[in-house]
Amino acid sequence: MFEIVKRKEMAQGTVVLNEIKAPKIAAKAKPGQFVILKANETGERIPLTMAYTDPEKGIIAVIYQVVGKSTALFSTLQEGQGFQDVIGPLGKATEIEKLGTVVCVGGGTGVAVMHPITKAMKEAGNHVIAIIGARTRDLLILEEEMKAASHDLRVCTDDGSYGHHGFVTDVLKQTLEKEDVKLVVGIGPVPMMKFVTKMTKEYNVKTLVSLNSIMVDGTGMCGCCRVSVGGETRFACVDGPEFDGHLVDFEELSKRLQAYTDMEKESYEQFKCACQS
Amino acid sequence: MGEKNDKKEKKSKKEKLPRQQMPEQKADVRKHNFDEVPLGYTKQMAMQEASRCLQCKKPACVEGCPVEIDIPEFIRYIQAGDFTKAIRHIWQRNSLPAICGRVCPQEDQCEGLCILGKKDEPVAIGHLERFAADYERHYGTGELPPKAESTGKRVAVVGSGPSGLTVAGDLILKGHEVTVFEAFHKGGGVLIYGIPEFRLPKEIVAQELNFLERLGVKIQCNEVVGKTTTLDELFEEGYEAIYLGVGAGLPRFLNIPGENLVGIYSANEYLTRANLMKAYRFPEYDTPLVKGKDVAVFGAGNVAMDAARTAMRMGADNVRIIYRRSREEMPAREAEIHHAEEEGIQFYLLTAPTRFMGNDQGRVSGMECLQMELGEPDDSGRRRPLPVKGSEFQLDCDLAVIAVGAGANPLLTQSTPELQLNKWGYVIADEKTGKTTKKGVWAGGDIVTGAATVILAAGAGRQCSNSIHDYLTIGW
Ligand SMILES: Cc1cc2nc3c(=O)[nH]c(=O)nc-3n(C[C@H](O)[C@H](O)[C@H](O)COP(=O)(O)OP(=O)(O)OC[C@H]3O[C@@H](n4cnc5c(N)ncnc54)[C@H](O)[C@@H]3O)c2cc1C
Ligand SMILES: Cc1cc2nc3c(=O)[nH]c(=O)nc-3n(C[C@H](O)[C@H](O)[C@H](O)COP(=O)(O)OP(=O)(O)OC[C@H]3O[C@@H](n4cnc5c(N)ncnc54)[C@H](O)[C@@H]3O)c2cc1C
Ligand code: SF4
Ligand code: FES
Repeated sequence: MFEIVKRKEMAQGTVVLNEIKAPKIAAKAKPGQFVILKANETGERIPLTMAYTDPEKGIIAVIYQVVGKSTALFSTLQEGQGFQDVIGPLGKATEIEKLGTVVCVGGGTGVAVMHPITKAMKEAGNHVIAIIGARTRDLLILEEEMKAASHDLRVCTDDGSYGHHGFVTDVLKQTLEKEDVKLVVGIGPVPMMKFVTKMTKEYNVKTLVSLNSIMVDGTGMCGCCRVSVGGETRFACVDGPEFDGHLVDFEELSKRLQAYTDMEKESYEQFKCACQS
Repeated sequence: MGEKNDKKEKKSKKEKLPRQQMPEQKADVRKHNFDEVPLGYTKQMAMQEASRCLQCKKPACVEGCPVEIDIPEFIRYIQAGDFTKAIRHIWQRNSLPAICGRVCPQEDQCEGLCILGKKDEPVAIGHLERFAADYERHYGTGELPPKAESTGKRVAVVGSGPSGLTVAGDLILKGHEVTVFEAFHKGGGVLIYGIPEFRLPKEIVAQELNFLERLGVKIQCNEVVGKTTTLDELFEEGYEAIYLGVGAGLPRFLNIPGENLVGIYSANEYLTRANLMKAYRFPEYDTPLVKGKDVAVFGAGNVAMDAARTAMRMGADNVRIIYRRSREEMPAREAEIHHAEEEGIQFYLLTAPTRFMGNDQGRVSGMECLQMELGEPDDSGRRRPLPVKGSEFQLDCDLAVIAVGAGANPLLTQSTPELQLNKWGYVIADEKTGKTTKKGVWAGGDIVTGAATVILAAGAGRQCSNSIHDYLTIGW
């Protein structure tokens, strides 16, 4: 068992942080990499990015949004309990280089994925502008951490309850207008990444996105996670998860993400009923 | 079954005894469940079948066996009713008989050469091997074989498929300390994630793993070598020899338009979801799987048959095997083709897909195929299929599984530049010893030969374990 040593709820309980004891993975993990977790014998293999690690304590942290059966099941696990299986670190690490001004755009739980990358970009000597957003103030996560990890943090909420009223892309546009941006990293829901890349394309600024395609093994043996990048089929688990956003076929990705919508609903409903009774 | 059997009958008469058919679940029943199809011999059937063997002086069957099991000898024990001796005799050459008895292509190996087969049907060597192993599993003492005195040497085995398990079993008995590292959360390799329950009950694989653990083998799952740890780190940790049995875990696709539509799977994904993740028991198990009404499976090997028969059991109306060559070239085991046919799988031979069509939701809804005809022999000696002009036709299809072979997964080899690979990315290993170009590292099974068979992988494991033992006791 991989023990949960710390559990914290965020964004009104819709997002959960788990610190998990996994010394071998902690020793190896780099920003941008992910793990695959399975709660129990009947569980599904779920990929989650490592939000931070502490190699000395042998700990990795994941931050996940409760969206369906598996993440709901994960969220029932308390400190002292744990996951039956944790596999990693998987995927390629983010290429961290000194480029100049880098903008890190995170939406929703994407902020959690963005945090270690932001920090590493700053440590590499870049001037880092971070833009984070959420639907509403209560759902915003890691604001303090992102402030510390960047030089300049800009916050947006869709409903205007906090920070800039509007989407992260509005603030990104202003930033692209004013600054000489060398690289944009955009991580969040697929529509957000699509809009970010559409915008940066206009400004001709290189953009990395992190693709959350459905996965099984995470080692390149099944092809479940395949995505089209520049007209070629790539496996997000081994060739990614980060790709050049200007080349990604987001339409295909969105459709593939909906492969099991009906079954997922059925599974989640059953789980909710079982929890209530 | 009720036939009389006088052991002293003359050879000519023996030949007349018909091959004992193994009882199996009826096709119209089994195509709705995942239980094993053939049910196994009774003692009487096994002894009767064993009595058909001519006990040849120069047994051709043994030459056909990749690990040279002394076949007439173990059959003799079965005939005499000494099943314990029979299985111990098989173990000398093959440590996975319950598995091999079920999945080996006997018609191309031992049974293909059996002298009886010239005029009549060959002895059912596979069924007898299976019987001996199952008998031991059910009634054996479970007594462990003796282990040599500890050498204090540590060996790492990467991959827990048949080749890795064979190496682990051999070396633990020779007194070495063995740890198996497996990327998946469960051990067994293709035996657990690929071959379905109805052909190889998972309980049998679990029992093999349990046997090794009882012998002292450590099986460490969730370790992706190349990611979680590297070969050099394993050496630093004190392992003195490493065996690579990582299989051919790279899916091949058709590279035709529409292949990324939802509902199109590689066989690896489809079978892993179904078998390892038990998607056929959704929602009791959490992993989902697309259920198709009109299913197309591309390829005609064991993998294709497994995928087709799984789809049938998941409730399909039509399951079609689409294969670009002819029936003779179909690489699957004879028994599986036969079982598939009985279950109502349709065979579209000399047919090649050209593209998939999808609906608004990006789900596959149909495909277009071309008729083929056979031309001159190609490099593989098989006649090359050539498209017939203007023969395009369309089929409905809401689930497609691509089972046209596998390649070498580069994950581990990329992290180990000293390992020399051939042009297809497979590890180059010495034919006799299995030594790779990196000191202290051996390789065998599918990662060396490309996708092959369980027994070839196990046989390679046996060769390598001998060489590893020599290295640990004598030197490289
Ligand atoms: C490399 C990678 C890193 C990720 N990192 C994070 C993270 O740090 N935090 C976070 O909240 N989410 C992350 N995700 C997404 C997360 O894996 C899904 O939200 C989760 O699998 C949903 O499972 P569920 O059963 O709770 O929901 P479901 O009801 O099953 O599904 C909800 C949606 O999640 C997606 N999904 C379902 N199963 C899988 C699967 N096996 N693999 C991937 N996606 C799936 C589907 O598109 C589906 O529409 C990441 C995904 C990937 C591929
Ligand atoms: C669906 C299917 C049906 C088949 N049917 C038959 C049949 O009927 N008869 C027959 O003889 N053969 C059959 N085969 C072929 C046979 O199963 C294989 O040839 C055999 O399993 C190869 O054994 P192996 O030990 O080389 O590798 P595998 O069985 O492939 O095992 C390799 C193991 O290594 C693990 N691994 C890979 N990379 C790493 C890594 N980096 N770190 C740690 N672990 C790793 C994998 O997860 C896997 O568990 C079938 C194959 C398939 C896929
Ligand atoms: S070839 Fe056939 S008859 Fe001869 S020993 Fe082998 S199994 Fe028996
Ligand atoms: S998840 Fe199986 S290949 Fe990427």
